[in-house]
Parts: sequence; C-alpha cells; structure tokens
Amino acid sequence: MYEVIITRPRTLAEAIDLLGSDESQPLAGGQTLIPTMKQRLAAPETLVSLSGVKELAGITRGDGEITIGATATHAEVARELADSYPALAALAGNIGDPAVRNRGTIGGSLANNDPAADYPAGALGGNATIITNDREIPADQFFGGMFTTALLEGEIITAVKFPLPDAAAYAKFDQPASRFALAGVFVARFGDVVRVAVTGASEEGVFRWEAAEQALSGDFSAAALDGMKPDAVGMIGDLHGSPEYRAHLVGVMARRAVAVAAG
Amino acid sequence: MTEVSMTVNGRPVRADVPDNTLLADFLRENLELTGTHVGCDTAQCGACVVHVNGRAVKSCNIFALECEGAEVATIEGEAAPDGTLSAIQQAFQDHHGLQCGFCTPGMVMSAKALLAENPEPTEAEIRAYLKGNICRCTGYHNIVRAIMAASGQDVSNIAAE
Ligand code: FES
Ligand code: FES
Repeated sequence: MYEVIITRPRTLAEAIDLLGSDESQPLAGGQTLIPTMKQRLAAPETLVSLSGVKELAGITRGDGEITIGATATHAEVARELADSYPALAALAGNIGDPAVRNRGTIGGSLANNDPAADYPAGALGGNATIITNDREIPADQFFGGMFTTALLEGEIITAVKFPLPDAAAYAKFDQPASRFALAGVFVARFGDVVRVAVTGASEEGVFRWEAAEQALSGDFSAAALDGMKPDAVGMIGDLHGSPEYRAHLVGVMARRAVAVAAG
Repeated sequence: MTEVSMTVNGRPVRADVPDNTLLADFLRENLELTGTHVGCDTAQCGACVVHVNGRAVKSCNIFALECEGAEVATIEGEAAPDGTLSAIQQAFQDHHGLQCGFCTPGMVMSAKALLAENPEPTEAEIRAYLKGNICRCTGYHNIVRAIMAASGQDVSNIAAE
C-alpha cells in the first residue's frame, strides 16, 4: 500500500470540509476501496474515514419506510431488517462473505455503483431515495453507467430511504469466485406498480427491465414472465458468460424472485 | 505517523504507525503476532481473519487506524496460557481439519464467529459461512466436520469425500 494520509472526522460538517480538497476521497468500509488502492486503480492522497461520523450511522424506521445510515454494514442491515424488510435483509446478507459484510457499507456500495454489485439493484428496484449532505436523489436519477452516479465532487451519501413494499424479493446467480452477481434481479411490488431492477448483466450497470414490470403489473406471478428475457445487445460478455447467457439468466432470476415475492 | 491504541487478546497496545498500515501488518510486524496469515492481501482468501469488536473481519482489508479503541482477537488468543487448545482448535486437530495450516488461523476465527452467531449450524450453513475462507489443501470436508464437532453435533453423517 502506498503512503496515504487518513483523517478521522467526528462530524458530518468536518467530513465535508475535509472532502473539499481534490486529492481526498471518502473511506467507508473499504472493502472495495482498499484492494483498489493496492492495485493503484485509485490513488487518493488523503482518505476521509467516515466510520466515526455519528450522523451516518444507524437504521431508523418511520411510517412505511426505513432509513439506513450510509455507514450501516451489510451485516447490520441483514440482522436489523430481517423482520421489517426481509428481501433487502436477504440481499445484504448474501453480499460477499461474512467478514466482508461486517465492514462493507450500503453507502460505499451505492457510491461505487459496481455493475455487478447487489445494492444498486435493491435501491433501484426498491425505489429508494439516496440522501446526501446536500439533497435527496431518487434512485431512478442516481445511477449512471457503470461506476458512475449523480454524486458530485465532495458530495457524500448520508443515508438511503426505502419505502416498504407490499412484496419484494431478490434472486442472484453468483459468480462463484467473486460472489458478485452474474445476474441479480430485485423485484418489488407497491400496490399495482411493480419495479424490476437488474444488476450484473448490462454494460451500462444496473437498469430497470420495463417489459417485465409491465407484464407483472397486471399479473404478479412468475408465469407472467414465461419465455421473457431482455435483449442480449448491451449485455456483458466475458469468460463467465456470453451476452445471450446473461440475458437468459436475467429471465430466470426474475421468475425466481417473483416466485418468492408472490409466494 | 499516527498513534493508534487498541486491545489485542486482552492486552492494551499502542504504537506510532504510518497511516497506511493495515491491521494485518500491525499485528504481524508491530506486535509480532504472526499467527494471522496474509495469503492474498486482496480480501479473498480469509487467512487473515481476526475479530474486531467481536466481528470477523479480513485484517488485510482494514487500516489499523480504523481499529482505534477496538477489542481485537487473533488466533494467539485462542489457546489457554498453558497451551490447552480451544474447543474449535482441538476439533480441527481431532478431525484433521488442516494440512499445511496456512488457512487455519482464519478458518478457526471464522468458525468462532459462526458459532457465536449460530451455536448449532447445519453443514450447509457452515459451508456458506466459509465462502470467504479458502483452503488449498484439505478439500474442506474435514474443516466442516471439525466445526460441526466443535459445536457438539454428531459428525458421522458429514460426507467423507
Ligand atoms: S490475506 Fe486477507 S483475505 Fe487473503
Ligand atoms: S490446510 Fe493448507 S491451505 Fe488449508
């Protein structure tokens, strides 16, 4: 690891101040950032550790919604949402491995927007609102292409607000070495509105599969998606699977998720 | 250099370290606790698993400074001062849960975290929990068997091959 300065602010205001300089970057759980720095794919001069910032911690329940602090770990979300939002708890509880889940955070995952990460699918499919130090961004406007988000320089996620769905589930086909999604589909029904978000499959990162949403809004059952799959054009092709394979897998994962959510 | 202090296996420690010091390096280089192994240094193999405030973490993937004030537990804290092995360590020995032993410190610390959360895990739960611990020698069966045995469960039905 190259030389780096680590600052440890105690308040959000202090953290934002420290992030004002060009060469600094926030450090959340570090489960992606530290390996990335070791490979010199990122080389910030200063890390602003968010782990001591109280305003970013904790999970609160409101009326029909749950607000998750940016530094809540995957393990915390898996434990604390097990009863109130089982689909999101299950998503968090299957990221990486147990040791990674004890450090990795929801804010870090969303800000990084890895095209095969699980949380982007949960946030987009779950119609979450990403709250920053400056504004509230609906998930539909938050995710750009892979590793790209609406966050501006010096802006950080402080919390993520999820409306509670009537039914939801996440189905993921693991890439067995990395535990990232080869294809992952988060399905959520809010009354008559159904949202289907797909991760792991597209060159553009997480996306909403609108044809599936329409098919499911009239008939929320796995059968409503029989024979459906998204277009293979624009899907990722690599040694783990061709674009056609991934498109097929998205259909299978979507049916599995709906079967669980509707069951 | 920044001063960091934490408790490691019940002993308060303090040192001035460069900010980029990883917890694994702090344990191995500063404290000479070389039981924590570094296999991959990229958060994949799990040889470096230790506990920070009771939770398993990969010590190659966390800065020592992030552990300021924390309670850290490593493999060196497992056996009693007279050398008597912990129940999990003894089960690894009894069931041949190790060959070269490189992965073993991480396996034992992960097993300890699992049994703290789930005192009687099923075979499937053990295998799922060990996703992030890689062993290139044993083929895992005896590790799973050892963890089952350490939890006081019957191991006669665990696949032998
Ligand atoms: S050395 Fe830390 S996970 Fe391999
Ligand atoms: S015993 Fe050799 S790596 Fe596991």
